[in-house]
Amino acid sequence: MIDFGLSEDQEALQRAAREFLAAECPPSLVRDTAEAPGGVPRGLYAKMAELGWMGLAVPESHGGLGLGTLELAVVLEELGRVAAPGPFLSTQLVIAALMRAGSPAQRRAWLPRLVSGQAFATLAYLEESDRHDPAGIALRARRTRDGYSLAGAKLFVLDAPGADLFLVAARTRAGAGPAGVSLFLVPREAAGVRVRPEETIDLTRRVGELVLGDVTVPRAALLGGEGKAWPPLERLLDLGAIGIAADSLGGAERALEMAVDYSKTREQFGRKIGSFQALKHMAAEIVAEVEPARSLVWYAAYAFDHRPREAARAATIAKARLGDVYARTVRRAVEMHGGIGFTWEHDLHLWFKRARWNRVAFGYPDHHRERLATIDKY
Amino acid sequence: MDLSYTPEERAFQHEVRTWLKRNMPKRDPAERPLDFHEPERVARAKVWQRKLFEAGYVAMGWPREYGGRGADVMRQTIVNEEMVRARAPGLIGMMGIQMVGPTLITHGTEEQRRRHLPKILTAEDIWCQGYSEPGSGSDLASLRTRAEMRGDEFVVNGQKVWTSNAQFADWIFCLVRTDPEAPKHRGISYLLIDMKTPGITVRPLVQMTGDAGFNEVFFEDVRVPRANVVGGLNDGWTIANATLFHERNMLGSTTRTQQVFQGLLRLARTQGRGGRLACADPAVRRRLADLAIRVETMKLEAYRQLTDTLRGRPHGISASVSKLVTTELNHDLAEAALDILGSYGPLARGNRRARDGGAWPLDFMFTLGLIIGGGTSQIQKNIIAERGLAMPRELRA
Repeated sequence: MIDFGLSEDQEALQRAAREFLAAECPPSLVRDTAEAPGGVPRGLYAKMAELGWMGLAVPESHGGLGLGTLELAVVLEELGRVAAPGPFLSTQLVIAALMRAGSPAQRRAWLPRLVSGQAFATLAYLEESDRHDPAGIALRARRTRDGYSLAGAKLFVLDAPGADLFLVAARTRAGAGPAGVSLFLVPREAAGVRVRPEETIDLTRRVGELVLGDVTVPRAALLGGEGKAWPPLERLLDLGAIGIAADSLGGAERALEMAVDYSKTREQFGRKIGSFQALKHMAAEIVAEVEPARSLVWYAAYAFDHRPREAARAATIAKARLGDVYARTVRRAVEMHGGIGFTWEHDLHLWFKRARWNRVAFGYPDHHRERLATIDKY
Repeated sequence: MDLSYTPEERAFQHEVRTWLKRNMPKRDPAERPLDFHEPERVARAKVWQRKLFEAGYVAMGWPREYGGRGADVMRQTIVNEEMVRARAPGLIGMMGIQMVGPTLITHGTEEQRRRHLPKILTAEDIWCQGYSEPGSGSDLASLRTRAEMRGDEFVVNGQKVWTSNAQFADWIFCLVRTDPEAPKHRGISYLLIDMKTPGITVRPLVQMTGDAGFNEVFFEDVRVPRANVVGGLNDGWTIANATLFHERNMLGSTTRTQQVFQGLLRLARTQGRGGRLACADPAVRRRLADLAIRVETMKLEAYRQLTDTLRGRPHGISASVSKLVTTELNHDLAEAALDILGSYGPLARGNRRARDGGAWPLDFMFTLGLIIGGGTSQIQKNIIAERGLAMPRELRA
């Protein structure tokens, strides 16, 4: 029996998240957070942790809510709707890695703090080459007597400025293929770790460079098997892609609402501008892209948990499509506003700029189109 | 969320798959799924629909007393999916099955249902749609074909245009003006007319494809029994909107789109381009992937709408979104094929060098017609904006 929709509980979660974030994460908070070092709105995240969101997809036996990726996508859509700042998705990725491949000791050390919102984490995998495939991971991790030594830089690390823990992808064996890729848990306070915030156009997200100057970590910092981390890392990137796709869906919905609302109040030529077909058709074109795209996000989240063989394909499709749809939507939304939409004062540029990071985070649309062509054996 | 089939559904899927393997007619690659114009293709298509009906696979959701199976929507969905998978030919009686049939089930009289529904299923009666007129396209409610009451009959005078399938249809469902004094939406009735009635002339119109795929239909003192009105007298606009909803669903169906994408992929895997196979060219790969993503989107969106149906939730403007998106997508698929084909693209049917029997340039043109028919893309956008987003209506005469 096909039942392709949210359950009553999931719809209740969606409503609750929307109400909560409308009250707790107004555009003024987004702007204020842009000025704050670290870029974590602490008050908001304390309340999110209280609601259990930080451990949403963590089993109840580990102190979480025991929900799945679809529920995570529901919350991420709402966070995208308000352009929420902070390391929610990044932390979820590291939590997912701990749940999948972490040792009991690693989980004990980090899960309680991440789930309670006392610490935040992120995934550091990109380098100067900006490649989302195994060849992009060149940073070397050399064996030492009782651990590893990591030297080099990771770029474009989402939420790095506010992170307490980094999951770093590095090479334990030279090469460009999947073999030899390993994952390490590197705490921010480890000697030699430096975070250099990157200046970007996006006020809603923080990105940084993670500089590792001969950072020594114990053997226990290795997450999963040495040299065997590409498959789990690829799965994490899929989860990231789904998360960003969900965020994009919410952001696109919000941008459309703003543009439509504005068109119902603004008058030119003696009538509401929303009565002109030129604007109606722009709005309808957005609807025709955004509404069906929701199905892609839902399916990708569902497949991630329940259809392992289709999970990568579904994530790639969702990310490619939403990357395009969000970018086109905010562009049209700004145009529908006219001059006011181009100002710093109006909030719309928060979403316009977030869409640019969303488009490239965890793979730009063409990367995912090529990946789909490979998966489907064109 | 659950996208798995129950054991019963899987068994049914297997049954349908096996049946199709045994019974499907051989397919001419140059045939377009929805376009019937040669008499002998019409005859073959009727036999195929009849065969499917006898197997129990046509309009399974209709009530049993009218020839349906009273089955749940899932069964029909499984049949549709298996037909895509097997690349089965489409049904010639689609306008009856998808448009007038559901309208009669909701709004028809008992006599109308008993008389028409069974023959729609068996392809004994093929239906066409009499909506557009020379002066009434997007502004459909301005239509002027008159039906005057004389005793127990209407006398119909006027002209319809762009009438697909009228050249072989047995019946036409027609919008006619029954009260010229009333405001334009309130003086229209929905009339069922036997195409054999004296006074009806069908004149073929040649489409840009070169085929006489649609027609003009002239009515000159055509006598129609009063009992052939569907819904109340002058209530035709409401009924027409119900049918238009079904039409948008039919044109927005992703079944055909999925089939065409499969064909496009086969083409890219065999057609040379710039010294290699087209599917090895990064630009082609990305374009194909983008189209695949759009096809996948509408396939999943159909599941979402199906779920709304199963849950008894209103569809809102989703039929308009599907019509808009799917018809444009079908056209883009054909255009991608033409681009892959390069100089082979514009080669017409009958040209020995033409690939796939010259089907792609035909499909490219045919699908442009689908963008216009059933309410143009621009009309769908108006509907989405005004009904879906409550943007202010424009002043219209």
